[in-house]
Amino acid sequence: MRTRAVNTKGTKAPGHFSKGYRRTTFKEITKNRSLYIMLIPVILYFVLFQYKPMYGVIIAFKDFNPFVGVWDSKWVGFKHFEQFFQSYYFGRILRNTVLMSLYQLIFAFPAAIILALLLNEVKNQAFKRIVQSISYLPHFISLVVVSGMIIDFLQPDGIINRLIVAAGLMKEPINFLIMPEWFRTVFISSGIWQGIGWSSIIYLAALSGINPSLYEAAVVDGAGRWKQMLHITLPGLMPTIIILLIINIGSFMVVGFDKIILLYNPATYETADVIGSFVFRRGILEANYSFTAAVGLFNSMINFILLILVNQIAKKKAESSLW
Amino acid sequence: MVYKKSLGEKAFDVFNILLLTIGTFVFLYPLWFVLISSLSSAAAIASGSVILWPEGINFDAYKRVFSDKSIWNAYSNTLFYVGVGTVINLVLTTLGAYPLSRRDLKGKNGIMMFIVFTMFFSGGLIPIYLNVRDLGLFDSRWAILLPSAISAYNLIVMRTFFQSTIPDGLIESGKIEGASEYRILWSIVLPLSMPVMAVMTLFYAVAHWNSWFDAMIYLQNRNYFPLQLLLREILVQSQTNNMLGGVGSGDVQTISETIKYATIIIATLPILVIYPFLQKYFAKGVMLGGVKE
Repeated sequence: MRTRAVNTKGTKAPGHFSKGYRRTTFKEITKNRSLYIMLIPVILYFVLFQYKPMYGVIIAFKDFNPFVGVWDSKWVGFKHFEQFFQSYYFGRILRNTVLMSLYQLIFAFPAAIILALLLNEVKNQAFKRIVQSISYLPHFISLVVVSGMIIDFLQPDGIINRLIVAAGLMKEPINFLIMPEWFRTVFISSGIWQGIGWSSIIYLAALSGINPSLYEAAVVDGAGRWKQMLHITLPGLMPTIIILLIINIGSFMVVGFDKIILLYNPATYETADVIGSFVFRRGILEANYSFTAAVGLFNSMINFILLILVNQIAKKKAESSLW
Repeated sequence: MVYKKSLGEKAFDVFNILLLTIGTFVFLYPLWFVLISSLSSAAAIASGSVILWPEGINFDAYKRVFSDKSIWNAYSNTLFYVGVGTVINLVLTTLGAYPLSRRDLKGKNGIMMFIVFTMFFSGGLIPIYLNVRDLGLFDSRWAILLPSAISAYNLIVMRTFFQSTIPDGLIESGKIEGASEYRILWSIVLPLSMPVMAVMTLFYAVAHWNSWFDAMIYLQNRNYFPLQLLLREILVQSQTNNMLGGVGSGDVQTISETIKYATIIIATLPILVIYPFLQKYFAKGVMLGGVKE
């Protein structure tokens, strides 16, 4: 009764909109005063640590001088962008970033789906659970430790070379970490080792949501396991696959450069150096702030455009946008 | 009705179990290798005979690592960053998620846009770095705690959880009883939100535990270094000099190998020990993240 009375009051008077509207707005704000007070530190965080750096990105169009600050540094227009586009590094880091993402999409992305499908076919629940638990484990080892292990295992006298030579696959040990042609393989395959189990969780959850009566009906119709997988399991998984594929494409230009700077060295820059690691090296280690801010902004803009595009596609195709 | 397997399907089952068993071995072996190597003698490691079992079992490497003060200092720093950092994360994320989950909050869509936008566009590494310097946080513990105080993604997950599990009527009745918003949040909303709080605690805590990049770019004073940054020096840059006291120059390389392995075990053991207990929460967390509006 009470709520209905309030509702009719609120919707009744579109004619004298402004005065009544303003009064209710004011009333609602004072009524929820403490909710707004709660939000103050949150908004303060986003202003200070997210939006202030966005303002700071204007140094990409200036010659930043730390002694006079962001605002008083001299404007130089697109000088840093031109310098970047004309430099030798532009092609190299763009190519490395794109290739690294592409390989991740081609190899790491389907790997988790395949693991989930294989686990789904296991009928022994105890075995399935053990394999699953163990497959998540590498996800919780820190990136620094994983990188340390990779570096140690891939030394010429490390365990991997010893096993390869012992198995007779190779006569001489390979010094993987100083060979540019090996960097991507090492990066992607160690990434699969660390992430495949964790990434498969979401697919396994989707698989458990498939209606079991579909399988029963398929058996009645005489479909074997392969046919069942092709016509029931995979279609059931499709919405999840598409959403995750979209998310992955949205972050196409973001390569985990923290792992790259742990693993690369000047000998492998040729294939290892991506936009993120380049900005880190030239910006923070060598203090070329304005130039690298421009490189970073170039990257942020591509990311932004990709995310917007990808969400538009998601809205149309998957009937569900990401936000 | 009994489904009869064809020969091909039986073969597939055998192949599948075999493949997954090999896979499990591949997931575990690197850790096993580190463990047995950390317990083996330096000579056995140098000869390359340590492959499946430890040889010449001894705890020298552990003794050397344990007697190194900087490891303990870094360990306690990491515990500080995990503890204090996670509390800051949880308080601020809740203070953002709760008001924004309330349907009757004017302007909540605008504030949401303001927060979501930061997931799409960022100033980038260099402006963020200069901003931290500008704010006077450089080379202080705050540089580790504050720039990552809120994850917009986690805030949205928490807000969605509040919206979908806390009935409006419950909050309404709290108000009728005359409870303040803080009271409602503390005594009504939070007790009903333990699953999401557990997951958030784990996600934030693991992120702090693993974090090293911020520490590397913002900290100079070694007394503030977290464990992961020290591990980077030991494992990636091979700086084990501190722990090599009294070792003849010929043995330096092999002994520093065992020191590395022991360090990995000491740094990873806490996670591996609590891992079986936390596992189900992590899996739940992935699913919570999948919840959309």
